[in-house]
Amino acid sequence: MLELRNVSKVYSPGTVNENCLFRHFSLTIPDGQFVSVVGSNGSGKTTMLNIVCGSIPVDEGGILIGGQDITKMREHKRYRNIGRVYQNPAMGTCGTMTILENMAMADNKNKPYNITPGVNRKRVEYYRELLSSLGLGLEDKLHVPVSSLSGGQRQAMALLMATLTPIEFLILDEHTAALDPKTAEIIMQLTGKLVREKGLTTLMVTHNLRYALEYGDRLLMLHEGHIVLDKSGEEKAALKLDDVLGLFNEISIECGN
Amino acid sequence: MGIFIGILEEGLIYAILALGVLITYRVLDFPDLTVDSSFPLGAAVTAILTVKGINPALTLLAAMLAGAAAGLVTGLIHVKCRVRDLLSGIITMTGLYSINLRIAGRANLPFFNMDTIFDNAFVDSFPAFLQPYSKVIVVLAIVLVVKILLDLFMNTKAGFLLRAVGDNHAVVTTLARDSGTVKIEGLAIANALVALAGAVMAQKNRVFEISMGTGAMVFGLAAVIIGTRIFTNRQKVNSSTAAIVGSIIYKACVALALSLGLVPQDLKLVTAVLFLLILVLGGARRKKVKFNA
Repeated sequence: MLELRNVSKVYSPGTVNENCLFRHFSLTIPDGQFVSVVGSNGSGKTTMLNIVCGSIPVDEGGILIGGQDITKMREHKRYRNIGRVYQNPAMGTCGTMTILENMAMADNKNKPYNITPGVNRKRVEYYRELLSSLGLGLEDKLHVPVSSLSGGQRQAMALLMATLTPIEFLILDEHTAALDPKTAEIIMQLTGKLVREKGLTTLMVTHNLRYALEYGDRLLMLHEGHIVLDKSGEEKAALKLDDVLGLFNEISIECGN
Repeated sequence: MGIFIGILEEGLIYAILALGVLITYRVLDFPDLTVDSSFPLGAAVTAILTVKGINPALTLLAAMLAGAAAGLVTGLIHVKCRVRDLLSGIITMTGLYSINLRIAGRANLPFFNMDTIFDNAFVDSFPAFLQPYSKVIVVLAIVLVVKILLDLFMNTKAGFLLRAVGDNHAVVTTLARDSGTVKIEGLAIANALVALAGAVMAQKNRVFEISMGTGAMVFGLAAVIIGTRIFTNRQKVNSSTAAIVGSIIYKACVALALSLGLVPQDLKLVTAVLFLLILVLGGARRKKVKFNA
């Protein structure tokens, strides 16, 4: 279970640009839930993910995983339990390293990075299988540097790498936003499949309202640091694209967008 | 022939330095100015220990340890004190100047009558026809050992992490490793190599000079950039080989410029102007990964 308890976050405090993004924000996500988060720009979606991962500190409140307070835990230690995919496909992989090297490195997460060979030859076949399940032809390019892949291929790899080792939480930060519609579709299907297979507790930020409705068991809409819509289970299943779009337009007009 | 041998000797010694700069500049993407002082640091350590009668080969190991410590300091300043990369190197470089003087005891420490790695019973036992090349052979052996070990290291799990941190530190963080620690390790390894280069240079010239590090960073960068530019589209040539070849070519260019009528006082100016030419002709730096598209 992932909990944000009374979290407050102020940007540039004490200046004219002071911006209170979250004031006593609370959110509880039960184990295994797939949460889609939508909201306009500046509504705090990405900040929320960064707070969960420890990329930025909170001013007040606490973050708990399974009842254990991790508010003070450093970012890299939190990732022992968390996989994360960013909006920019280049963020999740190392471009100068080959596909095989990237996979092997990700496969070694939570084990020591010592001076034994970086690639375990016994695992290569397994990587090849995983890559071929993507249907992108990556299994034949094991020794190609990742920088020469397309954005969609890199994002698929990033997703695969983030979920290669056992993790509890998957954080998706607009991970289809930089991709063309067809590739985005492929990546979303892959996401749905991986989340289901591995039973990951997932927090997905997206600008695509259709994905938010189609995938996941719960939908959150954020506006200026508040949850303005929170539907799960059957309530969510009954939601229509038009309802969400209507509400989205309402809050956007308030902002003058 | 003598000039050619001289270029090879010095080019290969600077190649060790270039391998260090390869780690900081190319792998870590860290412009590390510590190099200008860790090079004479290695020389100071090897000089003082050789004077005290310690086996010259062992003094090289001591020099590497000292260099690693210098890199560690730069890394700690950068990571723990959050000082910018360039400035952290400058701070260590400046401080090391005094430390180098303290280690050697003075600005100039010759050791003419002692055994060196180039002049000892083992090297004397080389057959006569190899004697003119004995220094090249010794340096080449050191360079090859360093290169092979470095190449092997870069393909270990720790090496993967080192390459990843310079490429895209976000990946290292999401793999639950502290990217700062990895950077510090990389800086330590790089400066150990640079200090080794300084030590070998001191052993060859039989003298430690406080000013011998001036321009070391530029030399290393030039070697790495030349090397990677020449072999830019050849996947088979790895970057360590490229850096070694680049170092020899750069040394040859400097020697050529000097032979065109310039005097040794012009050496640093030639080094700098050549470096500028390489930068301009060699094209722009590689692009960095941005955080968001």
